[in-house]
Amino acid sequence: MSPKKTVKRSFKYTKWFKALTAGLWQDHPTFCMVLGICSMLAVTNRMNNAIAMGLGVTFCTVFSSLFISIFRNVIPSRVRMLAYMVIIATFVICVDRFLKAYFPPISEELGPYVGLIITNCILMGRAEAYAIKNGPLLSTLDGLGCGIGYTFMLMLMALVRETIGFGTLLGYRVMPGSWVNWVVMTIAPGAFFLLGVYLWIFRTIAKKTEA
Amino acid sequence: MNTTNPLILLIATIFTHNIALVYILGMCPFIVISKNFKTALGMGAAIIFVVTLTAIINWPIYWLILVPAHAEIVSYLIFIIVIAATVQLLEMLIEKFFPPLQSSFGIFLPLITVNCIVLAVLLFMVLRKYDFIQTIFYSVGTSAGWALAIIIMAAIKEKMMLVSDIPKGLRGAGITMIIAGLLAFAFMGFAGMITLQ
Repeated sequence: MSPKKTVKRSFKYTKWFKALTAGLWQDHPTFCMVLGICSMLAVTNRMNNAIAMGLGVTFCTVFSSLFISIFRNVIPSRVRMLAYMVIIATFVICVDRFLKAYFPPISEELGPYVGLIITNCILMGRAEAYAIKNGPLLSTLDGLGCGIGYTFMLMLMALVRETIGFGTLLGYRVMPGSWVNWVVMTIAPGAFFLLGVYLWIFRTIAKKTEA
Repeated sequence: MNTTNPLILLIATIFTHNIALVYILGMCPFIVISKNFKTALGMGAAIIFVVTLTAIINWPIYWLILVPAHAEIVSYLIFIIVIAATVQLLEMLIEKFFPPLQSSFGIFLPLITVNCIVLAVLLFMVLRKYDFIQTIFYSVGTSAGWALAIIIMAAIKEKMMLVSDIPKGLRGAGITMIIAGLLAFAFMGFAGMITLQ
């Protein structure tokens, strides 16, 4: 055994690794807690919207977790909700301005959903469940894990919805010319059905079921 | 300024442009609180009240203070703070003056601060440049539409609990999504009647 390999293996069992990966599978924000569904269903009809949304949410979870955990001993518990909101809103404004300046078409298409990242339950959930109790580094990793898990889920939704609904992927045509678009996938009912099916599949695999 | 007739706005937001089933907003309470018909009623009433109140307060703040001061960039922050403050105030008032309402209505108020709909109504109000009257009709219609959707959902789920045999993995959130999809189809039946911009 080379020493390199043992280092790698032991890293897998550290709390840092655990904090990062919890959000990817075990505590996945969508499947286990069913949080943040609103923006997930509304923006995933095209892949580039999904990627923009996912990166925006990841940015916000990382930085809001970091700052909330830095200030965790200063925030009085009675007004902590308001404090979370103000910190989260600040980063959402950054994302909104960034999209408006560099990607105006995506900003146009996402519309009010960028602002609605503020009320995305994932951010509030991570702040209340993790960042307020743990140190800055761990909280940042936890936020990063959750953000990446959420982004993957958005991309998974968009992959099916855009290929079947528009016959394209990231704007390029992938389906044969004779393909008839399923318009239902591009509108709300398709989004609901697809998420229902995904929840069914993943929960059966993970054996996490509700009574 | 937007020139849509306020009455059309009211009908459109309840049926053709239902915020829960067409814009897919306010899903977290929609999944969690729709297990019981009575609870859904209480939550719906609380939402109608808070959304209308915050819209009425925030319209003058945005158009009469933030826009003349060219401070639209902080509008998200201001909206959030106003929502949180209004909810907190309402909670205290109910606790002090209407204690009987506390158990049926007051317990939902803290949840509403993080409900997407309250903020979404304000963002749409700004985006579509509604005037004051339109804002009132829009906020009443939107929240009533959401309340209608959650009440229908709760009624369906309560009945379903008694008779149906759902696959294990689909229970809870999964089946809620499927029902919501079917409901969304039903509401889309109205879609051709009115177009909103």
